[in-house]
Amino acid sequence: MTDSVPCEINVSRKEHTLKAAIAGDWVLGAEPPPLEAVLAKLGDGSDIKRLVFSTETLGRWDSLLMTELIRLVDYGAKQGIQVDTTTLPEGIQGLLSLVYAVPERAGARRQEMRTPWLEIIGKGGLRIVKDIQALMVFIGETALSGFALMRGKARFRSVDLWMNIQDCGPSALPIVTLISLLVGLILAFVGAVQLALFGAQIYIADLVGLGMTREMGGLMAAIIMSGRTGAAYAAQLGTMQVNSEIDALKTMGFEPMEFLVLPRILALIFIMPLLCLYADLMGIVGGALVTVSFFDVSLVEYLNRTANAVHIADFFIGIVKGGVFGVLIALSGCMRGMQCGRSASAVGDAATSAVVTGIVFIVIADSLMTVMCNRLGI
Amino acid sequence: MTTPCLTIKNMTMAYGDFIIQHDLDFTINRGDIFIIMGGSGCGKSTLLMHLIGLQRPAKGDVFYGEESLWQAEHQTRQRILQRTGVLFQTGALLSSMTLAENVALPISEHTRLDSLRISEIVSYKLALVGLAGFEDYYPSEISGGMQKRAGLARAMALDPEILFVDEPSAGLDPVSAKLLDDLICSLRDNLRATIVMVTHELASIFAIGTNSVFLDPETKTMIATGSPKQLLAKSRDPKVIRFLTRGETEIHDETKT
Repeated sequence: MTDSVPCEINVSRKEHTLKAAIAGDWVLGAEPPPLEAVLAKLGDGSDIKRLVFSTETLGRWDSLLMTELIRLVDYGAKQGIQVDTTTLPEGIQGLLSLVYAVPERAGARRQEMRTPWLEIIGKGGLRIVKDIQALMVFIGETALSGFALMRGKARFRSVDLWMNIQDCGPSALPIVTLISLLVGLILAFVGAVQLALFGAQIYIADLVGLGMTREMGGLMAAIIMSGRTGAAYAAQLGTMQVNSEIDALKTMGFEPMEFLVLPRILALIFIMPLLCLYADLMGIVGGALVTVSFFDVSLVEYLNRTANAVHIADFFIGIVKGGVFGVLIALSGCMRGMQCGRSASAVGDAATSAVVTGIVFIVIADSLMTVMCNRLGI
Repeated sequence: MTTPCLTIKNMTMAYGDFIIQHDLDFTINRGDIFIIMGGSGCGKSTLLMHLIGLQRPAKGDVFYGEESLWQAEHQTRQRILQRTGVLFQTGALLSSMTLAENVALPISEHTRLDSLRISEIVSYKLALVGLAGFEDYYPSEISGGMQKRAGLARAMALDPEILFVDEPSAGLDPVSAKLLDDLICSLRDNLRATIVMVTHELASIFAIGTNSVFLDPETKTMIATGSPKQLLAKSRDPKVIRFLTRGETEIHDETKT
């Protein structure tokens, strides 16, 4: 291992020519070379017309020397100083000619500009408008393919529908079971602590039954499905976009809206109410577990009380909500998937925004429907 | 003797305000192997998208025979495009379906054949591209070259009059690329189809191209058209010559005529 010689550059002037002697090891990690001295000499107003190099004592060199030389050459070109590179070692000359072989394409370099805050707000607003437009277009196209379906003209493979139903139905049962059982448990516990103060533990059944059927069953199932299936839809369709599979379908005369989106939406519309019902029952089971084991209420009493408190209408409200959530989840998942760009990160973005959009839609729709039910007195 | 099969008239392609190519005017004749060539980023694949109805031109039109593609109603456009087949750069097979299902897709969509007949056609098409016996494989289970051949089988499923091929040799080793070229060539001869191919593979360009258009990314328009071999012999445009000789031949003497 040889010791490295510090890099240096010495300039000497002869009439209009500046001679730069480059010496030592110009390797990355070395002390930064005193290039500024050369630049200062070149730019000090004295009429230097030419820059030549001598490299007799140049040791090892790498990108450090190259970047510094490029700086010199660029500076020379800007100031109208002729930079003579012919005395440099062959390797350096070769690399320099490669660097300048393809001229920088005009307009290729991105201009970095500070955007004023007003512009940022404006662009944000425009983006929201565009997003809403895209949403409307997508809803419109979905509606059109829905009409095509009703007229029996929609074309998709029924096997796709069944596959999707399998994917978002039975396969989702374990996670839905777990979450809704837990929500039932929690509802019962939180309620029980308060109700036990009055010795009214039996009303836990009302609380859990009504809470699950009208509200939490559907909501929990929807949020699970949004993360599970909405994201999957966006990722599937996004990947198909990246692989030109959607283009291929179009050239074969298929409508992607019918062929890809419709079976997914139908599957969720069909499955979500069932999942809701299932989540309701699991929640009630969870409530029963807590009440029966800790609060001195027998199972029969609990079930009786539940049957008295919860009416068919309550189940029905939950199921309708579930259906609506299903549409919203499928719409947001498929929309983000179809809008996906053509890169791997775009697929990730699509999946993320599918879940975010889905959950926002779900919460808004749920609030609206709850207020409506309240006003209508159902 | 030569009948125009596809005519591009005065077409400008753009993404929003950003013009990609302008004033494209050329004709593809029946039976041609027509090469769309040019450096990277000049809009070759974009031009293909315009020809196969996926992207609307900013100006101008594409004519299939006498019929305008972009003036037509959606239904008519679908009917025109039914006479074409497209092989995408990556094959673009639907990854959730087997090769057989992929090839069967356009057949079952556009014909009323029974499933037995369809599966016979599918096997025949797969055998044509050398994939006999791979009916039940999924695209992810076969190699890139095989995926492209399967894509070709799907593109030919309905015996198209015009076959569009986007960079068939991209990502293939030279031998597989040559085999694919030969395959496309013999398909044209035997099925009497017209081939429109986007490529910058010189070997393919000279081996099978009978006509071509050269797109230039700097002036953003076409700067040469004609058979690649003749272009090489006759063209005096330095950009074309540099492209066709990989920049190895010094540019022709500009004053020589």
